[in-house]
Order: sequence, then C-alpha cells, then structure tokens
Amino acid sequence: MTNQFHTTDTIVAVATASGTGAIAVIRLSGPEAISLTNNVFKGKDLAEQASHTIHFGTIRDGDKVLDEVLVSLFVAPHSYTKENVVEISCHGSDFIVQQIVQLLLKKGARLANAGEFTKRAFLNGQFDLAQAEAVADLIASDSALSHEVAMKQMRGGFSQEIKRLRAELVHFASMIELELDFGEEDVEFADRDQLRRLIGNIQQVIRELLKSFELGNVIKNGVPTVIVGKPNAGKSTLLNKLLNEEKAIVSDVPGTTRDFIEDEISIEGITFRFIDTAGLRETTDKVEKLGVERTMQKLNQSALIIYLFDITEVTAAEVQAELHKLNPDKRPLLAVANKIDQASPEKLAAFASIDGVLQISAAEGANLDALKLALVQKVNLGKLNTQNQTIVTNLRHVNSLHKTYAALDDVLHGVSSGMSGDLIAADIRRALYSLGEITGEITTEDLLDNIFTKFCIGK
Amino acid sequence: MFPEYDIIVVGAGHAGCEAAAAAAKMGSKVLLATMNMNTIAQMSCNPAMGGVAKGQIVREVDALGGMSGIITDKTMIQFRMLNKSKGPAMWSPRAQSDRMRFAEAWRLILEQTENIDFWQDMVTGIMVEGGKAAGIRTSLGITIPGKAVVLTNGTFLNGIIHIGEKQLGGGRAAEKAAKGITEQLVELGFEAGRMKTGTPPRVDGRSLDYSRMEEQYGDENPSKFSYTDTEPLKTQRSCYITYTNPEVHEILKTGFEKSPMFQGRIQGLGPRYCPSIEDKINRFADRDRHQIFVEPEGWSTVEVYVNGFSSSLPEDVQLKALRKIVGFEKAKMFRPGYAIEYDFFPPTQLNLTLETKLVANLYFAGQINGTTGYEEAACQGLMAGINAHNKVNDKAPFVLKRSEAYIGVLIDDLVNKGTNEPYRMFTSRAEHRILLRQDNADIRLTKLGYDLGLADESRLKAVDKKIRETAEIIAYLNNKPLEPGDINSMLEELGSAPISEKQRAGQLIKRPNIEIEHLAAAVPSIGEYLSKFQKNSVEQAGIAVKYESYIEKEHMMAGKMSELENYSIKEKIDYRNIPALSAEAKEKLLKINPETIGQASRISGVTPADISVLMVYLGK
Repeated sequence: MTNQFHTTDTIVAVATASGTGAIAVIRLSGPEAISLTNNVFKGKDLAEQASHTIHFGTIRDGDKVLDEVLVSLFVAPHSYTKENVVEISCHGSDFIVQQIVQLLLKKGARLANAGEFTKRAFLNGQFDLAQAEAVADLIASDSALSHEVAMKQMRGGFSQEIKRLRAELVHFASMIELELDFGEEDVEFADRDQLRRLIGNIQQVIRELLKSFELGNVIKNGVPTVIVGKPNAGKSTLLNKLLNEEKAIVSDVPGTTRDFIEDEISIEGITFRFIDTAGLRETTDKVEKLGVERTMQKLNQSALIIYLFDITEVTAAEVQAELHKLNPDKRPLLAVANKIDQASPEKLAAFASIDGVLQISAAEGANLDALKLALVQKVNLGKLNTQNQTIVTNLRHVNSLHKTYAALDDVLHGVSSGMSGDLIAADIRRALYSLGEITGEITTEDLLDNIFTKFCIGK
Repeated sequence: MFPEYDIIVVGAGHAGCEAAAAAAKMGSKVLLATMNMNTIAQMSCNPAMGGVAKGQIVREVDALGGMSGIITDKTMIQFRMLNKSKGPAMWSPRAQSDRMRFAEAWRLILEQTENIDFWQDMVTGIMVEGGKAAGIRTSLGITIPGKAVVLTNGTFLNGIIHIGEKQLGGGRAAEKAAKGITEQLVELGFEAGRMKTGTPPRVDGRSLDYSRMEEQYGDENPSKFSYTDTEPLKTQRSCYITYTNPEVHEILKTGFEKSPMFQGRIQGLGPRYCPSIEDKINRFADRDRHQIFVEPEGWSTVEVYVNGFSSSLPEDVQLKALRKIVGFEKAKMFRPGYAIEYDFFPPTQLNLTLETKLVANLYFAGQINGTTGYEEAACQGLMAGINAHNKVNDKAPFVLKRSEAYIGVLIDDLVNKGTNEPYRMFTSRAEHRILLRQDNADIRLTKLGYDLGLADESRLKAVDKKIRETAEIIAYLNNKPLEPGDINSMLEELGSAPISEKQRAGQLIKRPNIEIEHLAAAVPSIGEYLSKFQKNSVEQAGIAVKYESYIEKEHMMAGKMSELENYSIKEKIDYRNIPALSAEAKEKLLKINPETIGQASRISGVTPADISVLMVYLGK
C-alpha cells in the first residue's frame, strides 16, 4: 500500500517507448521533481523558472556529462498530476536514458509503478474514474480514431452521458417511490404508459451506447479482418504487399486478448487486424491443411472478410456461389479478384459485371489503392462522427450497461404486467446500481430529494 | 438519597420508555427521570402509531422484545393495513390510538416492570468523570449516580413554541422547556443545532358535520402490531377525510405577515415531508386543495385531531380558515396548532450503538438526534437501552445491519449522513426493502432479541414454529401438482390464463393476481392441508413462494453491496492529505472516521467519486 506518496516522494519513469525513437522523454512528478532535476542539470537555475517553460542544458553525473537535454517545467498545480512535473527530453538511446534515470534514482527519486502518474492525477482530482480509464486507453491507442475517442472520453463525454441517463432513471425511480411512501396521501400516481415510454427511451440510449462499443472496439482494437480463399489465390502475397505498403504493426501486447501474433495495418487512421496470419505468411501449404472447422472459426472472429480468388481459375458463377455461402449479410465482405495481370480481357469483362468485385493484382501491386479505399468504406466508419457521439470503449462499462439494460427489461415487464411498485422499484434500483458501477452509486437521499422538490407531500 | 443506578434514562417519551423497559428487562437497575410523571408516553402529535415504514419499525421493536407494539394493540381504536394492494414489502400496519389510554398503558407497564425507579425532576446536567458519564444533576440540586445515561429529551431542550407572533418557552403546549443540558454538552465539545416541527389544531368533534366528509373505516379483519398474543380489535372508530379549498388558502394567506416561519423568527429547519398548511399553499401554489384527515383522539373523548393542517399562524387565522373547510363550518377549536423549535445534536456525533463519541456511556435517542416520529424514537430508545445495558455489563455492542432491519437503516443513516431536517423513515431509504417486511420482522429479529435477554422464550418458540411451518408449506406448494380440471375455472374467474397441463401449485402462486388463498378455496386438498397450520405461517409461505425471484435477487444485491463493508479502513487516514477528495468529503470523513469503505460511502457529502478516490488510495 502506498499511502503517503502524494506529498512525500517524487517518482520517475521513462515516458516514451523503449528503443526506437530519436528522442526519449523522462518524466518526474512530485514535490522534489524540480529541485531533483536542478541538482543534475547544468543550465539555468530551474528553481527560478516559470511554469510551462523549456530549458536547454546538460545532465551531469558529477563532472561527467551524460547528455544534452531539453527540460520542460510544469509547476504544481498546473500539471498533469497537479504536482511539480519535469520532463527531460534526451537522446533516444537506451543507454543514455538508463544512465539518467539511475542518476535521478540515486538523487532520491523513486521509480514509478505502472500507471502511477495517472493514479496521482486521479488522486489529486484531475479527473474522474471513467476519465482515468480513458487515459489508459489513450496511452494504448495507436490509431488516429482511437486516439480521438480516448481524448473525448478523457474530457468527460462518457461520464456526461451516463449522468444524463442516471438523472432520467432517478426521475423514474422517484415517481415510483412517491407512490410507495406517500400512497396514502393525495398524490397523483405515475401514468404507466408514460413510465413505459421513459424506460423505452432510456433503453434506446443504452442500446446506442452498446452499439457504439462495437464501433469503439473497432477503433480501439482494430477491425478483425480475415482473408479467405482457395490455395494459391494469392492470400499471402496480398497480405505482404499491404503490410509493406502501409505501416505494419506487429503486436504482441501482453494482457490483450490476442493470444498469437497478428498483423495490423493502419489505413486512413483505421486499424485492420488480420486474424491468423501467421499461417498465411509462413507458407501457403499450411493454409491448404486448414480444416473447414478452423476456417469457420476464423470467420466468426472476424468483422470483415476479404474473399480472394484467382481470376484465371474460376468462373463468375462459381464465385457467386462461393460468395453466397459466405453469407455476406452477416458481416461486411469484400470480394477481390486477384491476378488480373494474367487474365484475358474477356475474363475481366465477365467479372466486371458482378457487383462489388474488385480486380487487383497483388503481385504487381495493381489497384491496391482501390482495395484500401474499399476496406475503409466497408468498415463504414466514414459515417462515424466521433466529435458528436459518445463511444463506449471499456469492457467494464459495457458489462455494466448490459446489466442495466437487463434490469430495465425486468422493470418494463413489471410495469406491463401490473406488478406492484415495490417490486418495480427493486428492479430500478438494480438498474441504478449497475449504472452506478460506472461512475458511482445513487443514494436513497437523491430519490427523496427529488420527490420533495417536485411533489407536495405531507399531512 | 439515591443508590448508584446502572442506567439513568432522562425523559419518558417513546424513546425513554423503551430504553428504560429494555434495560430493566435485561437486568439493569434503571432510573427513569422525567419532568412530569403525568405526561409519561405522551403522543405529542397525532394519535396514531405505524404507517408506511413506521409500522414496519414498530413490528421490529416488538420482534426484539420492545413494548410499543403491545401497547398500541391494547389501546388502538382503529387498525388499517396500508398498501395492501401493493407488494408485501409495502404492507404497513397503522393504528389510530386512544391518546390517553396509550399513555396510561405505558405508565402501568413501566410501573410493573421490575428494576425501574421513577424520579420527577428536571435534569439540568450530566455528571462526567474521566470522559465517562457518571450520573445526572437535577434542578432540585440533587446528583444521582449512574453508570450510563440515556438522554431522550424530545423537543424540550430550550423549546420555544410559536403561535403567530407569540413565542412561549416550552417543550409541548402548556409544558415547561428544559434548560441546562444543551449548554453543558456544548461546553463539553458537542455541536448543537436547532430544529422545528409543528402540530395542527385540535377541535371539538361535536362541532363537525361528518356527513359532509368521506368516512374512512378500519380494516374489516383488523390485524395488529405485536407478534405476541394480543387481541385484534372487535369494534373500531372511523376517521374522516375532507379537503381545503381556495377560500381556506386565501384566509391563511392573510396570516402570513404574522407567520413565524415566513417572517424568519423560526431558525430551525422543518421537515419537507410534513410541511405546515401555510408552507404547502406557499410552495405548491398551483394546488387548489389539500387533504385533511380528521382523526378521533380516543374511544370516548370528543377531541379530534385535524391531520394535514399543521400551522403556526395566529390562532384566530387558524380558526377562521378551518371554518371554511367542508364539514368544519361550525368548528370549535380546543387547542391551536403551533410550531416548536428545539435543540438537537447532529447524530454524526454518535457511534452506531447511539453512544456519543465524545463522552463514553452517554447515549442519545429520539428527537435529540434530529429524528421525528414516535416509532423512530421508540426504536432508538430500545437500541440505546440495549447498548447501555451491554456496555455497563461488558457485553458486545448490538448493531443491526441495513439489510437486517429498518432500525439498522435508521441508525446507520443518522450516524453517517446526519440530517438537516427532522428525519423520518421512508421505505425508500432501505436499499433492501423487499427483505424488510412487516410480516417477517420476527423471523429477522426475535432470535437476536432472545439472545440479548430481551425477548422471552415464548416469543422464540412462536417464531421457531412459524419458521418450521413455513418451510413445510413451501415444500408442499412447490410439489403439489394441479390438474387443469382442478383449477381452470378458478383461474378463469380471476382473469388468469388457464393451464393446459399439470402444474405445481407454487408456479401458479407466482402469477400476479393468484394468491395462496385462491388455491386453498379452489382445491379442497390444499385447503385442508393448509388448515393444519397457523395463519401467519401460511401467509409467510405464500409470500416466500410468490416473490421468490425478487427475494433472491434482493439477497444477491445485499451480498454485493456488503462487499464494500468488507473493505475495512484500519489505519487512521489524514483525509486532508488527499487532494482529490472534495472539501466536504475531507471534513466529513475526518469527523465520522468510518470503519469501512461501505460506511464511508454512506456519509452525506461523500460522493461516489470520493469513494473511488479512497479505493484507489487504499490500493483496493
């Protein structure tokens, strides 16, 4: 348990990913962040400098210069953690970075635990729980859209939406509670049709939020995409071509649900995650050995299917039958004819008549831009306006929303079948409780306050 | 002149009487000190016990071995089970009482209880030795030693009565206020506050025209409060309902300039749910009428209580307005309504045992804690009496959980949330309302009362029998097969879908409008089987089967919510050092010093956001 961290110690950690970049950032937070840095910094006296200023100088261990650096100062409370924060931008060599961190540790800083900067920011009142969770998402986000969603959530958009829902539910609950506690008095009872409509509206909002999760999940985790097709259709060639053209991300992030290495490419800010590509990339022979069951499993994991075929090997009728089998209603499907460089003009013309079939040559790289555009369109994120829509990205929130929705189903059932108010109220309370798991619980006091301000009560 | 008592109870209202009776029954030597032995167990406001949520409390007090239920049963003039059309959690027993007989019955019972002495005098101070209560001082200059003191001062501490522009010192109409205790407690470091409540005029029943009002009868088959063998009523008196009207409101408005409420002479906060009539017409100006309940005060007295017309306007305005109410045209007033202001001590200064945090062995119960209502007072008195007795006998504290009893909800609310207005119980205050029913208070609490040495063995035997029989009947109903032919005509009659194949009786009872009695009437074998059992066991089994899924869900919720109770806060936290906590949360957490996260979450002003901060802080 770390109980006195907020005022006593100063933490340090490398803020940038290890290894790759030209620049690395080392971040310190805590009361001694500035004085500690000042101790090892040669340049201006940092203690004398204003907040939000940047200073050039060197980091020295005694007489030894470790690196030339830029130091950014954020004076409490005007920082991310609301404590004194210093960011040291040094050269991105692991060796240099480690030397500087070791030096700071020697001078009295403590190595930060995972997430400790955010934890401090949270404990110091920088944001609420849902926002803190968004920070975690933000750090993990690697596409433009997921970054945007996380940013929005961090600014409190989701919390606002939930607050609005809760206010509606509290209103509903107080109408029921009014009947229960003050039924003996001269109060008007809530119109059951109106109650049903109110619950319907709330459920509608929850449905939208839940739907946004699918969208949000796509944004956050990438679109699970699978390439299917007969052996030698050119699947691995296509994948490799795409990976080479776009920024390929080889992800093996621990703690995610992915249990094997996948290939990800980012097209126009959307991440496409290719499922089970290990087999595809190694050898095409392996693909031949895939059983039907395995293929179906792959299909079920995917949100987008690329059906690839060798245009020289099949007839238009065969392709149409094949497409039908893949049931394109169920999920977005992109039919792609490969090897157009080897096909006769007649063949090309025959396939051009089939709606939505894209003609490419993976080997030649022909028409790949059209394919990419089609992929983006299939995901249909173009419609998604992340500025105006709240997107749920957190699994914990989704579970709570599901539970809320289910409890509201019970409420609706209760209202419709003429169930007594105390039983309906019990289900509403479960709904409120589940919703409260996201941002916090509602108290009985809130209900009574609502009743007293709106209704004339009392003998 | 006095021996050392185990417990000294100051005040003999509903709280004081229960406290004295409980401690004495458990074996303590008790002194009951009151300013006036002629006003023991007065119903200062309306002549009624119970009601929604309050009736459940009386049942709980009775189940634990308290006296309020028995006394109500003995002295009531009308009984109604409120909310019978709603689910069983809402069924709420309510009695009209004979005001004078109620007080008399209490006094006689106290006189007959071993170990209780009486002393008529005004208590002016508490003796405190080494941070511990050690007895009382009185206006006669006497000191009486006691190991524990229970204060139940009601509205008497520096009470001021307001009628129009008149202000009279007093704890109740025509009774002196009590002085000295507040001043001493404040000196000891207690925080005191001021509250306000009010009461309506009483009128001469002979001057009313009941034929122009709506009659409200008692139940056809009246039930009762006590789980013991008290008798239900055989004859009853009716109440009457009438309404105010715009003319009444206009007259009342002429008194506003003399209203102590509106003119700011009353500082204390009144209850929002029990507003005066002038408050109602002021705040809800769009309503052109308000309901008035005309309640008889007893079997034989002609005095009548005008419920719903609480007022502190000048008495002449009260009367003029009253006479514009239908049926009240010739009303003669016996006593005007009035508002009363009194001292209370914010109950956040208490432990869950009702012992003060500041002075050991000193207990507060009733209106001194900012509550209102006879029932709320009685249950606090009972709990304070029990805990004072346990304390001086080195026994464990007795605390009820929120999922166990309304009493638990009430005390937990008081201690953690405090209150800004007179606190009254509502069923909506209980998270687990469906578990806290008037029909199962004995099952919930009697064993606890017995273990305390409060509920006697006959109570325990009765509840054991009820539990046994209930289980037997539930098993029978869940097994009993019914053929379509047995039951379809009854189902059709009740507008319920007929069955096409064999079904268990238990399944049918789960339908909204099918009750166990319907099955008993329609199927002779069921009727015959059930007739072997006592009525309350059959009722209990019917509820358990019918509401099984809700009861189960509620138990699950109770379990889930109690998870927070398991996060104990062991070390002393300096909450001021956690910047993310709101200023109010810091202050409240410091003051109340909660033992668990669950308790912290119920402190008023501590928001869910504060709780997440605490959880993160504690690394949970």
